[in-house]
Parts: sequence; structure tokens; C-alpha cells
Amino acid sequence: MPSWPALASQAFNGLALGSLLALVSSGLTIILGTLGVLNFAHGALFAVGAYAAFVMLQYTQSFLLAIAVGCGFMLVLGFLLERLIIRFFYGRPHEDQILVTYGIGIVLVECVRAVFGGNAQRVPTPSWGQGATQLGFLIYPTYRLQLIAIIATLLVGLYLVLYRTSMGLVVRAGIENPGMVGILGINLRRTFLLVFAIGVVAVGLAGMLYAPVVAVTPDMGANFMAQSFVVIVLGGLGSFPGAVVGGLIAGEIVSLTSAFNSSYSEVMLYALMALLLVLRPQGLFGSEGRV
Amino acid sequence: MSLLEVDRINTLYGDSHVLFDLSIRVEEGEVVALLGRNGAGKTTTLRSIMGVLAPRSGEIRLDGKPISGLAPSAIARLGVQLVPEERAIFGGLTVEENLRIAALTAPNAWSFERIYAVFPRLKERRKSLGRTLSGGEQQMLSIARALIRDARIILLDEPFEGLAPLIVRDLVNVAAGLAREGRTMIVVEQNVAAALSFATRVYGLNNGHVVFEGSSAELTANPELARDFLGVGV
Repeated sequence: MPSWPALASQAFNGLALGSLLALVSSGLTIILGTLGVLNFAHGALFAVGAYAAFVMLQYTQSFLLAIAVGCGFMLVLGFLLERLIIRFFYGRPHEDQILVTYGIGIVLVECVRAVFGGNAQRVPTPSWGQGATQLGFLIYPTYRLQLIAIIATLLVGLYLVLYRTSMGLVVRAGIENPGMVGILGINLRRTFLLVFAIGVVAVGLAGMLYAPVVAVTPDMGANFMAQSFVVIVLGGLGSFPGAVVGGLIAGEIVSLTSAFNSSYSEVMLYALMALLLVLRPQGLFGSEGRV
Repeated sequence: MSLLEVDRINTLYGDSHVLFDLSIRVEEGEVVALLGRNGAGKTTTLRSIMGVLAPRSGEIRLDGKPISGLAPSAIARLGVQLVPEERAIFGGLTVEENLRIAALTAPNAWSFERIYAVFPRLKERRKSLGRTLSGGEQQMLSIARALIRDARIILLDEPFEGLAPLIVRDLVNVAAGLAREGRTMIVVEQNVAAALSFATRVYGLNNGHVVFEGSSAELTANPELARDFLGVGV
């Protein structure tokens, strides 16, 4: 049995991992819900984001500036992918969509490997995130606390876009019934482009923010993508609140299980998903009969 | 020139041929009812006009300009508005959000107040999610989404289906009011009496062909016409 401080520390790790998963899965689930495309390049885009932070940091020496430029880069990448490839697959069967996004993922990962090699790169913790913070009975790395706060802010921002803007209105309606949105005079193509680009920025940003915490490698996104698929199933396909709550639950399960036995952490996650699929197939926030 | 001309269209669902050289016309300010048995092609006609199903051949013209082949969103922006049979309310959006999204691309959108004057019930429920509405309220909202766009021609698909008689009476009153104000509509309805109470002209459809064309008065005066051609009672 681990000590209480160790458990508390793992609970915070779970919160950090969970918020990150929430951000990654939000992008994934909104793209799936609106465009109907399950984006298997998501993990690769996570890694691309981390490398973008790595490169920009060399040039700018400022973490915030690196992230800002990195987001611009991810936005352009998202626009290009949608315009040049993804949009031709909207009406196609799911197998085709999976193959093409999986292929994009492989190409991106191998491009990264060709440029930077397979060895792990290190992105230093930003100067304002150095050291540890005293939290009563627990001393916890400052940057991880900031990470939680930054991602919470980003998720609130995403919420406001989805629930307080006309574009968000169109996205939410489009997730439910894209045909009727068209009948009401709205051309969803432009919305699709924006949604895809925002999803790419969200996952890339998650990669950038996570870069100081882990070893940056071309394959770093693979595990994250698998977990984020579990998250969107837990939360309900296409549901933004589902991605957030599902991400936090998944993060805590993985982290708290590792406190006892780390080799079981992934098993527990999939066991929970299996259980939920039996009890509530549509997920926590999903509506029945979607997708 | 008619407001809407459907000119010898052939529409298919996959391999199954549903509409055969079907032609109808609708004049400005007219309410036209499409009557006929199940599977006669009434809903398919509306879906073809809206562009949801593109006709394989033939032409649909609005103000003399062809619209067949355009996307539904483009046809909607020209002022054609389908109120689908399944109502297609966005369940996760509130009543007001359903109205807002409908008004987004309409150049002469009505105010919410003007909508609520037509459907006071929607004002009471404006903060409610679409999925919590009753069938009648959903139908009101579905029609309201077409009205807020100030659509030039509204395509009503089975607007009274599955609703309680009192609600049908209210909706018929609303439709009759719109007809009196000169709103152009096409209505598809199994409830022939309700449709004839505000329609001016009728097309009878059978197996994807027009088999009857006449005024509502003619059909009301000769109920055997409806029985013979359409298998529906007046």
C-alpha cells in the first residue's frame, strides 16, 4: 500500500495527465463529431506539436513565444491537411478515412524522425515553471501545476467558442444533424475546415505543453492517441463535455493504478471502457444512436 | 412565370426509380397540396426541390432560374425551405439556438419577437433544449425555423403527422394565417381535410406520376376523385 503523500502526488499526476488527455481528446472528438472522420493522425500531430515547441525554443528562447509560433504552424498544417487531403474523404467509407489519416500519421512521424533522428530530445522547463511548489503535505513540480491551470483555461476557451459563438452553434448542430444544417442554408465546408484546424491546434498545443515533462520522441504520440480513443468512447463520441470528463477520469485511473502497480494502469483503463460499453454503450455524455 | 417550376424530373433512391417525368408548378402566394398514397413520391418531390436528392434528369426552376443540382444550403439561401417530416430539431440546442442557427444565413431574418407572436408557446420554452419539447412544440419550432428565414416558399412535409387533434387545429390555423398573408407553401399531408382547409390547389400523385391536378374546391366537391386516384378519403 503506497503512502498517502504518494497517492496524493499520483492524484495530481492524474489531474495533469487527465487535463492533457482532455485537450487531446476534445480535438479528436469534435473532428469526429462534426466531420465524421476518426483522425488517426492525431498522435503524430501531438508529436509534431512537441517538436514545433522544441525547434521554436531554439530560435526564440522564450517558451511562450515558441508556443505562439508553434500554434500558428499547427494552424497552417491543419488548413493544408484539410484542403489537400481530408476534405476528399468526407463522403467516403470509414475504412478509407482511417487508412488515409493513419497514412498521414506515419508520414508525419517519419518526417520528424528524418529531420531530428530517433533519439529523445529535451525541451527545458520554462523559466517561470522551475522548481517545486509546497502544497501543505505535498511538494509538487510547479510546471505541472501550471500545466493543469493552462489547459483548464484553454478548455474554458474552447467551451466559450463552442457554446457562445455562431461557429460553435453550427458545430454543435452539425454534430447532431449535418443534413439539417445544410437545409438551413449553412455551407458546412468552411466550418469543417475550421474545426479540423482547431482540432489540430488543440492536439499540437497539448504536445507543446507536455514537451517539458517527457522525452520528446517521434513516437511519443502513439500511446496518447490510444488513450484518447478510450477517452472519447468513455465520454461519448462527438461530445465535448464527454471528452473533458472522460479525459480526467482516464488520467486518474492510469495514475492511481500506477501507484499500486504500474503494469496494470493501462489494463484498468481498458477494463473500465469495456465495463462502460456494457452498461452505457453511448458513453457518459453521448446520445443514443450516434455514429 | 411561376415562382417554382418542377419540369419533368426523374429522381432515384439508389437504383429505385421514384419520380417519373414529374412536373408541378407553384405560383407566388399559392398554397399547393401534394396528396397521394404512401410511396407515391410526395416526400421525394419535396426533397428533390430542396436539393437533398438531386434529380437524375429534368429541371427545377425558381424564378425561371435552374436550381436543380445546387447544394441544399445554396437552395435554402435562395429562399426555399423544407420543414422535414422528422422535424429535425437540434435536440442539444435550445429553442432560441435552433431559431438563431436558422436565421444565420437569412438576409431578411425575422426577429424572435415576430416568431413568438406566431408561436407564443415557443417563447415560454425558449430556453428549453430541443429534445425536451413535445411533438407539437417541435413541429412549431420546425415551422418557425422556416419562417424566421422569411423563406419565399416553404415545403411542409407531413406537418400534422402524429399530433393530437387540438394541436393539429392550432397548426392549421397558423398555416391558414400564413396562407392569407400570401406565404407560398407546398404541403404534403395524409390528413387531406386539414391540408385542403388552407391549400388552394392540389396535385394528386401516384407511383411517382401526377395523376390529378385541380383546385381544392374541385376535390372537395368530388370526393370520389380522391378515392379513385389517390386512395385517400376527403
